[in-house]
Amino acid sequence: MTGTTLVTARERALAVLGGDPDDATLRRYLHGIPGVDAVGLEQRAAALGTRSVKTSSKAWALDRIISLIDLTTLEGADTPGKVRSLVAKAQNPDPADPATPRVAAVCVYGDMVPYAVEALGAAHGDPDDGGISVAAVATAFPSGRSSLDIKLADTAEAVAAGADEIDMVIDRGAFLAGRYGLVFDQIAAVKDACRRPDGTSASLKVILETGELVTYDNVRRASWLSILAGGDFIKTSTGKVQPAATLPVTLLMLEVVRDWHRLTGHKVGVKPAGGIRTSKDAIKYLVTVAETVGEEWLVPHLFRFGASSLLNDVLLQRQKLASGHYSGADYVTID
Amino acid sequence: MSRLTVPKTYKLFIGGAFPRSESGRTYEVTSASGGFLANAAKASRKDARDAVVAARGAVAGWAGATAYNRGQVLYRIAELLEGRRAQFVAEIEEAEGVSRAAAGAQVDEAIDRWVWYAGWADKFAQVAGNANPVAGPYFNLSVPEPTGVVAIVAPQDSALLGLVSAVAPALVAGNAVVVVASERFPLSAISLAEVLATSDVPKGVVNVLTGSPAEIAPWLASHADVNALDLVGAGALDWIDLEIAAADTLKRVHRPEQGADAAAPSLERIVGFTETKTVWHTKSLR
Repeated sequence: MTGTTLVTARERALAVLGGDPDDATLRRYLHGIPGVDAVGLEQRAAALGTRSVKTSSKAWALDRIISLIDLTTLEGADTPGKVRSLVAKAQNPDPADPATPRVAAVCVYGDMVPYAVEALGAAHGDPDDGGISVAAVATAFPSGRSSLDIKLADTAEAVAAGADEIDMVIDRGAFLAGRYGLVFDQIAAVKDACRRPDGTSASLKVILETGELVTYDNVRRASWLSILAGGDFIKTSTGKVQPAATLPVTLLMLEVVRDWHRLTGHKVGVKPAGGIRTSKDAIKYLVTVAETVGEEWLVPHLFRFGASSLLNDVLLQRQKLASGHYSGADYVTID
Repeated sequence: MSRLTVPKTYKLFIGGAFPRSESGRTYEVTSASGGFLANAAKASRKDARDAVVAARGAVAGWAGATAYNRGQVLYRIAELLEGRRAQFVAEIEEAEGVSRAAAGAQVDEAIDRWVWYAGWADKFAQVAGNANPVAGPYFNLSVPEPTGVVAIVAPQDSALLGLVSAVAPALVAGNAVVVVASERFPLSAISLAEVLATSDVPKGVVNVLTGSPAEIAPWLASHADVNALDLVGAGALDWIDLEIAAADTLKRVHRPEQGADAAAPSLERIVGFTETKTVWHTKSLR
């Protein structure tokens, strides 16, 4: 997957901001964005979550959810063996049903990228072409508390090892302290570190960690900031902080993506991550995407679920639809 | 001065909570003479699904508790039942149309069965298990372990005693239970659920559904996450079909029983929903 190059992203940002992306300019711009109507947002999200989905649509939705999943393992206890079994599951989620689609990507820590790449072998590729990407979390995930040099080295190492996508965390401390210019520069620098020698670039997902941003206004500002700085995706959470992804927060980020698309014609992806465990929840997200930015966003390069246990629940629902009776945890793999 | 009565809303008992049916349906429960008693929740297949999820989540904790502890918890249910004896007697009298003495006898018998089964909790393994003689210097031990999630169609012609006779033995070994109560007499089942909710039984260990067994039982019989099926009260249903559906996922099945002796207390009802685990261990580590 090739992201937009830094030059055009920066030019676009300059054009939108009307000046250099320093603290003052960004502050003027981000604080000029209207505040979020929290009650209205939550009501809208709740309303989108009550849609009745008929059986045929549900079958479509379940398959689409699988093809949008970033199958994730981000534990201190990750081993090469665990990554290999994760990759096996990504390629063949339900061994009893070969028609089950593959997931979009596997998401691992940077040092596990070589094992994921090796295990994927020929299946490694762009999910839009039927392959499975390797996504790596970088930049001192999950806290983001380290120097820029370390963050850049972290990123470059993962890209060199074969990562197609980099999930970076923003410096929430700097953001909350109002140092928007610093956050902007760090995202832009990490984006630069995503480049490969051949001129292509790994896709950059910017994790806002909405659970630490406290307010919807901050989420909206951080979303704009990340997109201005060149993020290809904005992602809700690391999954290590509660609350992680919620429907209102994802709706809010989708609205920013929609507004950015109207403003510039450029499409940015959204990835809710953490806390989405059931098919029912995931379908609510699909409805929200389709109703906010449109169905063309329901493709792997514009929308992802960051999840681990979600896949098993979707497989159970698929089995229920296929067999007509309820399935159980004994009929899917233990993660 | 007259006052308005405050009738009770009878709901389901799933995962330690009392939800209404997901479907929003209720049905009228009438007394033996045909008078209106209450509206009971009419559980749907999705309520059954939720109940199985709750039961599955409760198995590890309940099966992992010591047998002695399970016995104490079950005995405590009998204690609490004794305290609410008058309520159950009145309910049964009204619902079944029997005399106060007969209703009282049924409640007493139900309480006594809890006590009887509670006593078995830390004893049945001695009877059902064994130290097997083997041709070598090894201990070879067979011990009964709980099957897991047991779905029960409770006896349909009794308000309390049938339900207790089916549920209690399944709990003794450490199974979690999803029980479909008597369709005609569901109110005592929910009152019993209130007793369970305020006793020390962990949430999800017993889940009570009211409604039509004919509608719910097929979903439980074919559910892949249910390990055993007690059809004791399913005599009026197409229980052969249920048995066939259960065979697809290799469930243990108890067949329907009729008459006054249905689900009579027996060790067999406890052992029926256990699996035998056999382990070898060296006799000496010299």
